[in-house]
Amino acid sequence: MTKQIDPLKLAGAKPKGKRPFFLENPDVERVLAVTMAVAQELAVMRERLDTVERLLESKGISQKDIDNFTPSKPEAEARGAWTQEYLARIFRIYQQDIEGLNKPNEPTSEDVGNELAAHD
Amino acid sequence: MTAETSYNGPPDYRNVGLHGMSPETSHDEKARFNFLAHLNRHLAAHILPGVKTAYDTRVKPNMPEPKTRHDVRKALLNDPLFQHWSALRRGTMELRQQAGRWVTLRQAENLNEKAREMTEGDPRLVLNPDLEIPNYLSKIDHHCMPGSYHDEIVPGDVTGAANYDLGIFVTTGGGLGRFSDGGGEAVVAWMKQNRPNFNPKRILDIGGGLGQNVVPIAKAFPEAEVVCVDTGAPVLRYGLARAKSMGVDNITFLQANAEDLSMFPDGHFDWVQSTMFLHETSVKAMPRIMRESHRLLSSGGLVMHVEQPQYSDDMPLYEQAIRDWDAFYNNEPFWTKMHELDLDQWMIDAGFAKDELVHGGVAAVVDTALFPEHANDDVEDFGRKAAWHIVGGQKQVSFLDAAE
Repeated sequence: MTKQIDPLKLAGAKPKGKRPFFLENPDVERVLAVTMAVAQELAVMRERLDTVERLLESKGISQKDIDNFTPSKPEAEARGAWTQEYLARIFRIYQQDIEGLNKPNEPTSEDVGNELAAHD
Repeated sequence: MTAETSYNGPPDYRNVGLHGMSPETSHDEKARFNFLAHLNRHLAAHILPGVKTAYDTRVKPNMPEPKTRHDVRKALLNDPLFQHWSALRRGTMELRQQAGRWVTLRQAENLNEKAREMTEGDPRLVLNPDLEIPNYLSKIDHHCMPGSYHDEIVPGDVTGAANYDLGIFVTTGGGLGRFSDGGGEAVVAWMKQNRPNFNPKRILDIGGGLGQNVVPIAKAFPEAEVVCVDTGAPVLRYGLARAKSMGVDNITFLQANAEDLSMFPDGHFDWVQSTMFLHETSVKAMPRIMRESHRLLSSGGLVMHVEQPQYSDDMPLYEQAIRDWDAFYNNEPFWTKMHELDLDQWMIDAGFAKDELVHGGVAAVVDTALFPEHANDDVEDFGRKAAWHIVGGQKQVSFLDAAE
């Protein structure tokens, strides 16, 4: 039997009534809404981490142990590599903009499509 | 460090009172409610005062003298800080709805089954599937709550009601107390103080929803027969199950429209209560509701309508404009008109004599060891502060009744 209620689809359902937009450019408001949702999830993660740290404390690993933790060289390198990968993901749009600077006359897919569809 | 004594903010969501219908919440779902409660408070405590400064310094000096709150609101709409505060406040409500709906929809089958088990065959749940949902509820989803109080995703659905129950904490930062019942507790406290000998035998709560405000009233008057009326089946189903699980057994949940309660005879109730209800009706419905309330009242009985304060001439236009925000941007369409009406006159038109009118002010009564007390809080989230006005009426005891 298919499940009748899909929370993924329904949790964010639109309420009845046209949504007002306040900012001059509604796209900026959309980005703000996405940013606040991400900020919310960061706070959720921070609270979860705080729970983990406090539970660890009750098991003998103190806040001080965490604050004073120094990664070994390979550990630090693994973390550094993760951070670099993370930033590369976040800044993908700039990377691609920059790569595009060298190709000012690059055709779009539509251009190419028109070319490929042409008979002569 | 003095964090213990200086902390001034919402309590942890884990302090919210649980009852038999409370949805299960994971660590991260609780954390999400915590964040949203703080976000609301931050907007009220740190951004909204800036909107006032922006109004005073760069909006008002550059506009013609405003004549109404609408002039002020329309001018504010062009100010960048008001725009951002509004976008954030609207977005926060949408996040809150999504967060609560996620919790309830992912366990919909369990919640609906639990409600069915707890209410099936119980004469205290009286539903009317033929009831027409009035236009003031069907045209728009109040406070951006998808499905409002009445939509059912599946037959027997209570998820919308459970979501409403969960999220009140977020919007008021815990200001309504452990069981979101600070309004009902406040009304009981007012009654005990102002009418210490009042001993109602029958109590009617109109637009009572899932009964969060009528439960404390029913507890305070355990001998009374209490009826909670609402148009939404999901809130009533959930409400009965919730009340029973809290050990409150003297409430009947009735699906009906408060404009027409002809199933009850004249003078049937000693107390007719509405708590934050009238602003979700209409200019056509309100006089009918008020007349019904007057008709249903026994001799000596009391009607109490609890609402946010009316817009009076001595309330600054800026404050009126900000209080109007929920009307225009949080799907509370009647809020603006309702708050400008002369409610005393409407009560008189409904049948009360001028000297029968009752007025008062109440603030949420909460367990202050854990929850913020809005009465003494200087952060004002206009329109949402847990402090209200009472407009009511008490039918004089007629000689006829006194002789009986």
